[in-house]
Amino acid sequence: MTGLTTLQGKAAPLDQANIDTDQIIPKQFLTGVTRSGYGIHLFHDWRYLDLHEQEPNPDFSLNKPKHAGAKVLITRENFGCGSSREHAPWALADFGFTCIIATSFADIFYGNCVNNQLLPIALPSEQMDKLFAAIEADPDVIFNVDLPNQSVQVGSISFSFEIAEHHKENMVKGLDAIGQTLEFDSEISSFEDKRRVWL
Amino acid sequence: MAQTLFDKVWNAHIVEQLGEDTLLYIDRHLIHEVTTPQAFAGLNEKGRKVRRPDLTFGTMDHSISTRSLALDACGPQNKLQLQTLADNCAEHKIALYPVGHKNQGIIHVIGPQLGLIHPGMTVVCGDSHTATHGAFGALAFGIGTSQVEHVLATQTLKQTKGKSMKVEVLGKLPLGVTAKDIILAIIGEIGHAGATGHVIEYCGQAIDDLSMEERMTICNMSIEAGAKAGLIAPDEKTIAYLENKDFAPSKEHWDNAVEYWKSLASDVDASFDTVVTLHAKDIQPQITWGTNPGQVVGVNQAVPSPDDFSDPIEKESAIKALKYMGLEAGQTWDQVKISHVFIGSCTNSRIEDLRAAAKVAITGKVKNNVTAIIVPGSVAVKEQAEKEALDVIFKEAGFEWRLPGCSMCLGMNDDVLQPGDRCASTSNRNFEGRQGRGSRTHLVSPEMAVAAAITGSFTDSRQFGE
Ligand code: SF4
Repeated sequence: MTGLTTLQGKAAPLDQANIDTDQIIPKQFLTGVTRSGYGIHLFHDWRYLDLHEQEPNPDFSLNKPKHAGAKVLITRENFGCGSSREHAPWALADFGFTCIIATSFADIFYGNCVNNQLLPIALPSEQMDKLFAAIEADPDVIFNVDLPNQSVQVGSISFSFEIAEHHKENMVKGLDAIGQTLEFDSEISSFEDKRRVWL
Repeated sequence: MAQTLFDKVWNAHIVEQLGEDTLLYIDRHLIHEVTTPQAFAGLNEKGRKVRRPDLTFGTMDHSISTRSLALDACGPQNKLQLQTLADNCAEHKIALYPVGHKNQGIIHVIGPQLGLIHPGMTVVCGDSHTATHGAFGALAFGIGTSQVEHVLATQTLKQTKGKSMKVEVLGKLPLGVTAKDIILAIIGEIGHAGATGHVIEYCGQAIDDLSMEERMTICNMSIEAGAKAGLIAPDEKTIAYLENKDFAPSKEHWDNAVEYWKSLASDVDASFDTVVTLHAKDIQPQITWGTNPGQVVGVNQAVPSPDDFSDPIEKESAIKALKYMGLEAGQTWDQVKISHVFIGSCTNSRIEDLRAAAKVAITGKVKNNVTAIIVPGSVAVKEQAEKEALDVIFKEAGFEWRLPGCSMCLGMNDDVLQPGDRCASTSNRNFEGRQGRGSRTHLVSPEMAVAAAITGSFTDSRQFGE
């Protein structure tokens, strides 16, 4: 995977709390056997007026021309709650997002994002309010996200964010997590030698 | 230092401490068709092997038909996904219980039923309801597909330890109130993100009094409270449940295993990051009214008004949810008419659930214009129910008796609701569109679901049966 350091781009707002994985990518699109091609189905129920994805819902934020091409999604509390389906970050990334900024994330979803180079940033709700206001004032405003320095800068505002050191390192370097763990092969083997016999 | 049950299981699985992260050994890896194809593809691309096929078990449950055993019964895409699982398991020598096998069923139903889950284990699966297995005092949690690949390749996972939450339910549960009502009441109390970042330990008399199957119902919905895992300390019931199960420890190791399991309880002076206390006597049969599992009330309470919520986000969510659900504030539940009933899912499709449902079903008939289906959690549950002639009771009452699978819990097969359909469902999620675009889901216990089927609207199930 390629590393992620900084990104610049427009942001699209989804001003709603508790957006669950069934909304991000509904079940009927989970029958795939590859990791690609989910972007078209992202937010299916909200984004399309029909079942066949022919009629975009003009009122849905991501369909508005002013938000076209956004790389950052900004939203509210508990984003990604519900199922463990990794199809959710796959769909978001496939649609074109590289970063999600929200008030908070559900645990499993957060980990799934990190494992797919989709940067999840949690910020306090007052700061989120300011980001929403910035897009409202100018939909073309550019978000500058700097992962190594853990900062988000939009116009005159700048916020720092928290991310665990190991998540940051993996994302910045685009490391292969499995390859890293396989370096501990002998430690895993010696753990296995000591496991209880009935296991 | 005093330790919680969570600490004990965690500490027993540390392969290596890597800064804040722990490389944790995984004792049991459960797999199904939806979240694994990309993981196996990843392994194959890099020429990696499955490290411990002997600790990995698979079944088919999500995208299968409940009317036919044919893999293509729900279309070519579902078939491809199911066939891909079969091919991957064959190639990597993983035990698979496919459609038609006597051990097949919803992954979280068959794991315990086969004795695959022991106290003190670490258990993972590419499915958020893996928390079900915490009922055995195992640390069990759902993972994404990248992590499935990681576990296949290394039998370990890198994890940061979560916080601990104790949820105690004190006193005796009132008659006619179920495990489903306890967990819904807990989620109603703490909110559906209330336990984010935590592992829950459930305890107290009301929990001790529950059977293993009821405990699974509780732990199953830990994720609906935001927790990755929920567990309950093993006791005599846990040990009795496991005895003589196919994958329980063999006779020669049984006593040692039991001795170890008995050490798996939180120390009396162990401290938790968060403690929540409920009184069992306050819990009534529950119904969700909204589009997240925390939007729940007792059957004798009316549909709430957005003005009942002081928090602006909750208020906003309530407005949206009432609109989606087609409900009015102040409506009483007998005024809410249903079109469908679904009894099944990894929350409530075990034999005890079906027995409880049958006790209500025997008292009446499914109302005209209501479609009611019963989907047993596994082949073994189905066979046991048929042995007890529960299927006869259900069929005579007008329920459809289906083949085991996830079915209408998420509708990856053809068990899907239409826009505007209103369903009393024993499953675990009431998100918008969960059971079909525009459909409305109310989460309830099996008893409440049957009572709704009979009356055609929501009714206190305590009026039925004995
Ligand atoms: S029954 Fe529902 S919640 Fe359980 S594993 Fe199947 S789809 Fe998931």
